[in-house]
Amino acid sequence: MTEKKYPHHKVTGPDGAEFVVTPMEDYYCQERPQVQKSSNAVIEKFYNWARANSLWIVGFGTGCGAIEMRPLRTPRFDAYRYGVNWRATPRQSNLFIISGYLSVKTLKRVIRVYEQMQSPKYVLGLGSCTINGGMYWDSYNTIKRLDHYIPVDAYIPGCMPRPEALLDGFEELKKIIIAGEANGANLYAENFDWYKANQKKIIKNWDMPDYSW
Amino acid sequence: MKTLLTNLKKRHDITASKLQRNNELFVTVPNNQAVSLVTYLRDHEGFSHLVILSAVDWLEEEVFQLTYLLNNPELKQDIGVRTLVDRNEPVMESIHHLWEHSATYQRELFEMFGISFPTSPRMEEPFILEGWDGPPPYRRDFDTLKYAEETYFPRPGRTTNDVAAYMKEKLYPEDDND
Repeated sequence: MTEKKYPHHKVTGPDGAEFVVTPMEDYYCQERPQVQKSSNAVIEKFYNWARANSLWIVGFGTGCGAIEMRPLRTPRFDAYRYGVNWRATPRQSNLFIISGYLSVKTLKRVIRVYEQMQSPKYVLGLGSCTINGGMYWDSYNTIKRLDHYIPVDAYIPGCMPRPEALLDGFEELKKIIIAGEANGANLYAENFDWYKANQKKIIKNWDMPDYSW
Repeated sequence: MKTLLTNLKKRHDITASKLQRNNELFVTVPNNQAVSLVTYLRDHEGFSHLVILSAVDWLEEEVFQLTYLLNNPELKQDIGVRTLVDRNEPVMESIHHLWEHSATYQRELFEMFGISFPTSPRMEEPFILEGWDGPPPYRRDFDTLKYAEETYFPRPGRTTNDVAAYMKEKLYPEDDND
């Protein structure tokens, strides 16, 4: 499947040298995710305090709940005073807010974005849809339980939750991080096969690498 | 619109018609005359804009009802051309040569209802549902609830309330059953 979508091609370098690029090997990492354990508990505690006060959110609104994040950036709610910031790329983010319902098509993108984020990374499920499907309980293409596809640290229930609820969710997440219980990335690495099996069960055209670092 | 209807009746076998509003008319024609009627309306009656091409699944009658909704921007009139397609062999003539954007509607109808429009561009490519391998989901005999429960790991403990009974209990708990 991948061979067709990502064919080998020749690239000419700036010095005129030609080399063959195999996208699946050269652009993607074949390694599985690794569990990262800190050797020093005290330093880890300090790190967690620092991480909790610097939540950078990947700018990817997956559903209708993304609209609740906009008011947070305005002077009225001013989420920036809590150390919350929005970034344009997963490489610079450590918090992924799944904002509402997730169709299978979006889930595929969500998985790619989640895997590209640096560890440690956290996930907030926003709205009822991420918990049990919410109002899309009988939909043919909306997932019901987000925690079967990627690890979730905290949920914010509601349909839709107000921006204040999101701020409360940030505070809860900070407590979880400071307590050292936000191990989503490690959980993902430990139960990698289970997560992949669940993901592949519903994403039928799996035309992407197993792990996109 | 009434003169238009009498005019159309001379040219095509209009099996049913309904004047929904003063500027909105729905006509039903046999399957093989739909495209010629739509072409006539576009070229001679000023209905130059295709608003939507949609389908209804009449499961009991075993037909799909297609509606071509056309708009006349100068007279501000709408006309809906309805036609029935056999549900067991859902093939319909394409109108992408009249309006290019109808190809998108036709792709959607193929994916959601399984109605095929041969010669329509990019017909077989996945459109909204990536990698879908089940039956077309908008068909009424497709059980979405059953599919969702089998596929998407329902969370145990979810309950559903009857809205009327629940609100009555919440708002007027002292009232007994009448």
